[in-house]
Amino acid sequence: KTRPLEYRVAQLEALGRFLEEKKQDILEATALDMGKPSFEAYFTEILLCKNELNDTLNNLSHWMKDEHVDKNLVTQLDSAFIRKDPYGVVLIIAPWNYPIHLFLVPLIGAIAAGNCVVIKPSEISKNTEKLVAEMLTCYLDSDCFAVVTAGVEETTRLLENKFDYIFFTGSPSVGRIIMTAAAKHLTPVTLELGGKNPCYVSDTCDVQNVARRVVWGRFFNAGQTCIAPDYVLCSVEMQEKLMPALREAITEYFGSNPRESPDFARIVGDKQFKRVRALLSSGRVAIGGQTDEKERYIAPTVLADVQPSDPAMQEEIFGPILPIVVVANMDEAIDFINARPRPLAIYAFSCDSKVVNQVLERTSSGGFCGNDTLMHVTLTSLPFGGIGNSGLGKYHGKFTFDTFSHHRGCLHRNMGLEAINSPRYPPYTQQKLGLMTAAFEIKRKGMCTLL
Amino acid sequence: MSDHAELVSHLRAAWLSGRTRPLEYRTAQLEALGLFLEEKKQDILEATALDMRKPSFEVELSEISVCRSELNHTLNNLAAWMKDENVDKNWATQLDSAFIHKDPYGVVLIIGPWNYPINLLLVPLIGAIAAGNCVVLKPSEISRNMERLVAEALPSYLDKDCFAVVTAGVEETTRLLENKFDYIFFTGSPSVGRIVMTAAAKHLTPVTLELGGKNPCYVSDTCNVQNVARRVAWGRFFNAGQTCVAPDYILCSVEMRERLVPALREAITEFYGPEPRDSPDFARIVGDKQFNRVQALLSSGRVAIGGETDEKERYIAPTVLVDVQEDDPVMREEIFGPVLPILTVTSEEDAITFINARERPLTLYVFSSSTKVVRRLLERTSSGGFCANDTIMHMTLTSLPFGGIGLSGMGRYHGRFTFETFSHLRSALLRADGREALNSLRYPPYAPRRLPMLRTTVESRRRTAACTLL
Repeated sequence: KTRPLEYRVAQLEALGRFLEEKKQDILEATALDMGKPSFEAYFTEILLCKNELNDTLNNLSHWMKDEHVDKNLVTQLDSAFIRKDPYGVVLIIAPWNYPIHLFLVPLIGAIAAGNCVVIKPSEISKNTEKLVAEMLTCYLDSDCFAVVTAGVEETTRLLENKFDYIFFTGSPSVGRIIMTAAAKHLTPVTLELGGKNPCYVSDTCDVQNVARRVVWGRFFNAGQTCIAPDYVLCSVEMQEKLMPALREAITEYFGSNPRESPDFARIVGDKQFKRVRALLSSGRVAIGGQTDEKERYIAPTVLADVQPSDPAMQEEIFGPILPIVVVANMDEAIDFINARPRPLAIYAFSCDSKVVNQVLERTSSGGFCGNDTLMHVTLTSLPFGGIGNSGLGKYHGKFTFDTFSHHRGCLHRNMGLEAINSPRYPPYTQQKLGLMTAAFEIKRKGMCTLL
Repeated sequence: MSDHAELVSHLRAAWLSGRTRPLEYRTAQLEALGLFLEEKKQDILEATALDMRKPSFEVELSEISVCRSELNHTLNNLAAWMKDENVDKNWATQLDSAFIHKDPYGVVLIIGPWNYPINLLLVPLIGAIAAGNCVVLKPSEISRNMERLVAEALPSYLDKDCFAVVTAGVEETTRLLENKFDYIFFTGSPSVGRIVMTAAAKHLTPVTLELGGKNPCYVSDTCNVQNVARRVAWGRFFNAGQTCVAPDYILCSVEMRERLVPALREAITEFYGPEPRDSPDFARIVGDKQFNRVQALLSSGRVAIGGETDEKERYIAPTVLVDVQEDDPVMREEIFGPVLPILTVTSEEDAITFINARERPLTLYVFSSSTKVVRRLLERTSSGGFCANDTIMHMTLTSLPFGGIGLSGMGRYHGRFTFETFSHLRSALLRADGREALNSLRYPPYAPRRLPMLRTTVESRRRTAACTLL
């Protein structure tokens, strides 16, 4: 049922209507869940999702087509192609920080690829969970798509079922549990995890611009973003220059008392609030540092003189705190980065493109952005995913469709023309071998030019 | 265990030094691999002959020539594959540089099986080197002579700081897997595949698993029976059936079976003579354990052709079984031997139902002169790969991805796909550090009136019905 293009298009268009018609409900639910400003919610939960939807609808028939491939001498008269098959029944487990976006974008690709889907939204973003469970299924074919609400225990039981693909976004520790459960059924997985995304700021840069871009990336959604710059690496001189610029940017964005700004979110729950608050005792609070437990408010905070052994450097911060760790130079920054688990994103700021390229070439990460934060994930043409502890697999745009498709190699030969095949059959002879190698083997292309 | 840990960290240090990154380095290592294949060809022929009496024609074709093709294909294209790929940009990023950068994973582990001990170890290795990784190779301990050859001869061709061969049985392999690798490529059985993936999960290591299953071979009533028989017999009895993509069992109508069996008998005689045991072109089973396992499957149905065995030689004759039932021993596991059961079905629909009721195989074979029949089978089933009107040949095209689905595996390789398997596609966006005015749209204090403008800079619009530009 999910195979014809028309069916998939219809389901995707219904998803588009869900985003349109339930826009207000989505803005309200995310506001209740973590005080997400509606501008942010509109941008990440509605606009970026619509982009993915349109990109997919524009290209789906093309992506679905069999891809014909190069043939060798023996198969010249045959049909050789790659067919895109769905996996079957796939499971998408979403986190709470971008609760619509992070299940919807995978869902778009899963539907586009012809699968049936079970969606498990996060129980931590309670209001969005309720919205999705109650409203999404009215838009989609309930024979093929379902929403399951589950806490930790029930999710463990859900995972005992055999799925044909599992797409998980969340923490590395839970990622391990998912992959172990998937291994029992030999289910392929994509894991979008996290880590500490380093942000190297070189001595040659426009400090004001850097400050604004870094502050935007760090404090968006009160820091609860898997690709947020997690900590800054810079020289002691740059730390001196950066601090007033950061203060200025924070004031420009959130006013003199960010608690009163409608544009600054809150921490999603008490447990998370306490965890992030405990990180404040690292280095020295240079900007912010105020908290309010009732509101789960943590002020946009910058910590200076942070040591690698401090609490803020032991785990992914996932909150509105930006530690600055001082390094002597770019080489030391690169060594610092390479001594740690590979992050989802690496950021490098410099007017000198050579510096940016050096950081790119000499490090390893899921993705990379020079002279900005977060923006690389707004391009549907760039694959989004981690490496090492930050994840495996990738998606966005066509990559989501490919993630949820099995690329089946197909060869359709002629029933006749048996003479071509004779050299391969026993009884084996040297002569037959010569014929076979001549027909099959790919030769090394030499350096000689044909005149 | 401490040996392996030291080895892995030594390789990781070499990788971090950046030594494997330049194109010249990778090319040199690949060319050295080519030299290994050239200079050690005789040793390879002898070792595989000792391990499972592999006919040298089969080794030349399916092991050496295949590897040379993959090597040459990679060397011909590596510079292009390594290049950064520029991607489409949106309005906001028009003046920026957006591309996909190919990074190696780091230190990768390749575990090879015994049935094609050069091919299934070296073809992944080619891609791993091409992608800039350091590699630990673990050849199969079951093909003992090949294991020894690889362990003794291969390291002297490659950079010892970046490539190593580890010999290990089951227990030591388990300990080897406790180390953190950055990618694991495993070829073998589904049950061991589960163990490998579970071990990989502890370190969140991505994996490619090339496993197996029972590859169905549907023969429709409209076909050239002689050609079908020869192509199926070739695929089934090559390497004495010890091939992951061999046709495992036939599904056909009763009428077709009546025509197929004599044709198969004729093909087998044409290939191996009246007494296959005397043919130099027919291999043996690799070990006693495997011999006993396959021999036990002969008690299924009724032997129509062959059936003779010799334990000393580990010889099992090219055999065809008929009147086989679904729950017979031969239908309950991957045969991996020179035994071909024929099951009868009442219709094409029946065959499709039969296939879909079972685990998804590595390959599905269909024989029919009718393109419609072929298409129907293709569209209504799911398998790793698919080949119509022949067996095994789809694997010889480096342009087709080779891999399983479900219990037959995950991931794919061959040709460019091997390079991609061992590469991390890293997205990169390099922005200019000026032009801050454009960014202001997105900064707080948020103003809803800015949203439409912001939307325009990042959006993809739905293309409406085609309008022609005149």
